[in-house]
Amino acid sequence: MVYNYFPGCTLKEKAKDFDKWGRDCASALGVPLTEIEDWQCCGGVYPLSKDEIAVRLSSIRALAYAQAHGGVLVTLCAACHNVLKQTNYDIANDENFALKANNYLAADGISYHGEAKVIHYLELLRDEVGFDAVKKAVKKPLAGQKIGAYYGCLLLRPGYKMDMDNPENPSIMEDLIRALGAQPVVYAQRNECCGGYLAMEDSELPKKRVTRILGNAAAQGADTVITACPLCYYNLKKYSQDSGVKVRYLTDVLAEALDVKEG
Amino acid sequence: MAVNYTVTPEEILAISGVNPRKCMKCGRCTATCPAFDEMEYHPHQFVAMVEEGRIEELMNSRSIYRCLSCMACIERCPRQVEPAKLIEAVRLAVTRQQGGSHLIPDQVPERLDPDMPQQAIVSAYRKYTK
Repeated sequence: MVYNYFPGCTLKEKAKDFDKWGRDCASALGVPLTEIEDWQCCGGVYPLSKDEIAVRLSSIRALAYAQAHGGVLVTLCAACHNVLKQTNYDIANDENFALKANNYLAADGISYHGEAKVIHYLELLRDEVGFDAVKKAVKKPLAGQKIGAYYGCLLLRPGYKMDMDNPENPSIMEDLIRALGAQPVVYAQRNECCGGYLAMEDSELPKKRVTRILGNAAAQGADTVITACPLCYYNLKKYSQDSGVKVRYLTDVLAEALDVKEG
Repeated sequence: MAVNYTVTPEEILAISGVNPRKCMKCGRCTATCPAFDEMEYHPHQFVAMVEEGRIEELMNSRSIYRCLSCMACIERCPRQVEPAKLIEAVRLAVTRQQGGSHLIPDQVPERLDPDMPQQAIVSAYRKYTK
């Protein structure tokens, strides 16, 4: 089984650790990731309009590549995952979009209609490795740690397209946290937005959102929250001081438990 | 920048793929919106105003730059109206015009800090610029 991997722009720059831990853990768990060739940035946000075609072509190129190389595309960044998965759904289900996109891509010799399967790293752990096998591979259980999963928006919504978990009452990250020997902390704000790209426009909104999210996590007893989104990580970390809650990538705690971190 | 051109409601419906007449005015979109406080026109009002043809008021409102595209209103609308798609369509009607971009390249350096991920820049640029 080939696990084609789409890292995305941020995992090559500001979130290199997130990427490295992810790859190292995947190898340790027997599901090594193979970075796809010549991938292009997904655009960060999925267009919510019907008539934006060109901005989705980079995703389709990556999806077509995966289709030609075993059929599976693994993502780690929550934003890439959202864009690729929604694009894949739309090209399979929206004939008009599929026609227009394929007209663009015909020059590259690509014909694509949603045949590849897009899975997030969490789904790789749950469905391909299995959380029981993850648990067996743990060398340093995270005993005593109280970890809140921060899903944010992009892993879950819209639920009918993302199809990872219950969008209002998810459990996939809590199950992972449990497998690593830590105690999962459930809190109401775990799937509410961190303020996202408004960080570029007006940081007051992310500040307000993060204060609410981390205040809620702390009140429920979390000492750490984990995320799969570099923008959530940035916003959460920037305003985390008041709450005292640590903010980490999900592959950070995974690498700690599997003892694959260097140094 | 004041918007001094118009776009028809029909165009907004075509760009968004939304049918505002399905709205039963329950207000759930606004209740769940994390940017609610920041918006002059809240998501449920957005839907009603598009139906009433009040597109220019929306195009001139800063509300269109406050939507986080978090898809909470899309997920939770009991009638699948999906208000965020209307907000995106109105924003596009502005940014697609010459000089209509809300974020220009010269503004980017001053808004960066050393930890800001590429994802923030790419995402903001996609939403605010054409």
